[in-house]
Amino acid sequence: MSDSKFKNPIVAWIDYRLPVFSFMEHELHEYPTPKNLNYWWNFGSLAGIILVIMIVTGIVLAMHYTAHTAFAFDSVERIMRDVNYGWLIRYVHMNGASAFFIVVFIHIFRGMYFGSYKSPREILWILGVVILLIMMATAFLGYVLPWGQMSFWGATVITNLFSAIPIVGDSIVTLLWGGFSVDNPTLNRFFSLHYLLPFVLVGIVVLHIVALHQHGSNNPIGIDTKSPQDTIPFHPYYTVKDLFGLGVFLILFFGFVFFAPNFLGHPDNYIEANPLVTPPHIVPEWYFLPFYAILRSFTADALIYLPISWLMSAKLAGVLAMFASIMVLFILPWLDHSPVKSARFRPLYKQFFWLLIIDCIILGICGAKPAEAPWTYIAQAATAYYFLHFIVIIPLLGFFEKTKPLPTSISEPVLKGGGGSSSAASTKPMEKA
Amino acid sequence: MRKYLISVAAAVSVAVLASSSAMAAGDAIKPPKQNWSFSGLFGTFDRGSVQRGFQVYNEVCSACHSVRLLAYRNLMDIGFTEDQVKKIAAAKEVTDGPNDEGEMFQRPARPSDRFVKPFPNEQAARAGNNGAFPPDLTLMTKARVGGANYLHALLTGYKQPPKDKKLAEGMSYNLYFAGNQIAMAPPLSEGGVEYADKTKATVSQMAHDVTTFLAWAAEPELEWRKRMGVKVILFLLILTGMLYGVKRKVWSDLH
Repeated sequence: MSDSKFKNPIVAWIDYRLPVFSFMEHELHEYPTPKNLNYWWNFGSLAGIILVIMIVTGIVLAMHYTAHTAFAFDSVERIMRDVNYGWLIRYVHMNGASAFFIVVFIHIFRGMYFGSYKSPREILWILGVVILLIMMATAFLGYVLPWGQMSFWGATVITNLFSAIPIVGDSIVTLLWGGFSVDNPTLNRFFSLHYLLPFVLVGIVVLHIVALHQHGSNNPIGIDTKSPQDTIPFHPYYTVKDLFGLGVFLILFFGFVFFAPNFLGHPDNYIEANPLVTPPHIVPEWYFLPFYAILRSFTADALIYLPISWLMSAKLAGVLAMFASIMVLFILPWLDHSPVKSARFRPLYKQFFWLLIIDCIILGICGAKPAEAPWTYIAQAATAYYFLHFIVIIPLLGFFEKTKPLPTSISEPVLKGGGGSSSAASTKPMEKA
Repeated sequence: MRKYLISVAAAVSVAVLASSSAMAAGDAIKPPKQNWSFSGLFGTFDRGSVQRGFQVYNEVCSACHSVRLLAYRNLMDIGFTEDQVKKIAAAKEVTDGPNDEGEMFQRPARPSDRFVKPFPNEQAARAGNNGAFPPDLTLMTKARVGGANYLHALLTGYKQPPKDKKLAEGMSYNLYFAGNQIAMAPPLSEGGVEYADKTKATVSQMAHDVTTFLAWAAEPELEWRKRMGVKVILFLLILTGMLYGVKRKVWSDLH
């Protein structure tokens, strides 16, 4: 015990029995991180912080919310009007969902751009896709709880999708509803699951971080760290960089919360749910719009539906395509077999990456529009391109793309850029005094 | 090649965006933008306007429309004194009970009561309104696209129908209502209320005042929210600036 690395005797005493301090020292301080991470690497820790914000505000909201069709809408308004700081807590939770998706989408696209899903980080990536799926389920369930018109009709449309599954579809829908329409039992189980899933999410996030720390972060150059020269300790370098990023994020986030809290919401959700009145356009929250566009683009007369029309109904095809649009991410590490990770050294991949971004934005716009020409055609083309990107273009690039030569180490381009040769001569890891 | 691809992509997205805004414009007439005291970073509810707006609601709208989420005590937030609120509440009757004999009874409303509804239920409201249901107005400015601008436009948007437009029995023509056919007869008429502060009660003035009142009813936290927001953002700007300085300092031995 006397040889403990902790000077504080209480810390040393505890650590000898429960090595939490060793663990923190190892995973935060000593944890070697590539020294060339850019600001796109801020979004992972940012997502983790938002998850905590969502859980804390959610727990407080649950103390005041009533999960009953007759009281849910009014209980949310009571939170807004009569609960101390209730409006702040609710607006943070509401806009927090949007912020969570913005941050996670950027985090995912960063992974795609720099090839972070490639060996040895395939499981890290797969866990990330699982996190996305659970997030989407949680967000959908949560949107139903205020029991506004969009809550009700969104729940009706999305749960009805499962009826497209042959044979068991209708039974699944009845099970989801707890009855024969979206009603009080539906609201109750949605509330229960909305409270449960974030904690499942925490568990998977822990696994995500364990998998990350096994081999450490990828980096903008996409080559492995070779010597201690290439890395810096996570603390204080990246803790302070993440904190600065958090500050920038909070300015934008609270800008929305305090000055435009309903900007990303739909006015119809301030009308209490009414099973007898269908809104003219049922649209999901913005973060589901691209998926909604993929779902709707499989119509009976759609060109993309023709090849599979003998096999299944257009509705089932749409549902499967929507799920496939995320499932395809699971196999992305094997679809992309180019040995080069970072798009910086993949001139063609880089361009297709940006085309994919534009394609997703177009899908999002189509998802917000009524299902009529020309939107249906644009959505169908964009859907086709989305799958073409992953199923055809990505694997082909692995064969035909001429990649640029890779630098030999992370330090090389950095040092060339003006670093002194004295530091290059030293092989000691960078250490904060 | 790269430049070419990027410019093609940019052209496609511009075309999509342009056509989308063109479509949106074709759907309905956009309500003209009004000058609201509560908009902007430092917006507050103009006390004179919001109190006059309450008068318009109380004397005109409340005949058919409820604001069920408001309590009379809330009126103190917009500058009414406790005595005024007691008087406003006492003018309405609410059902209370049961009393010790097990009977329900009528009593004058108290500041703690919610605003009394004009109709006991939806059926009664429809029976009294030619089959139409006058919606609750508490959240109206949040529950319509266009918000306060839409509400003001609707209240002042009654026009003679074009010759080829056939209206159903008891319906009115309104420029801004979806489908242009609205069951609500023009609610405001010149001099319909007599303002205590001698403001001239034009239709536009009354529409402006009652919309301000309803915007407050929908977002009673707005002033508090914006005041707190300015402080929070200022604090975060300073904190983030300092964090940037710390980051630069910590990283200085690497660069």
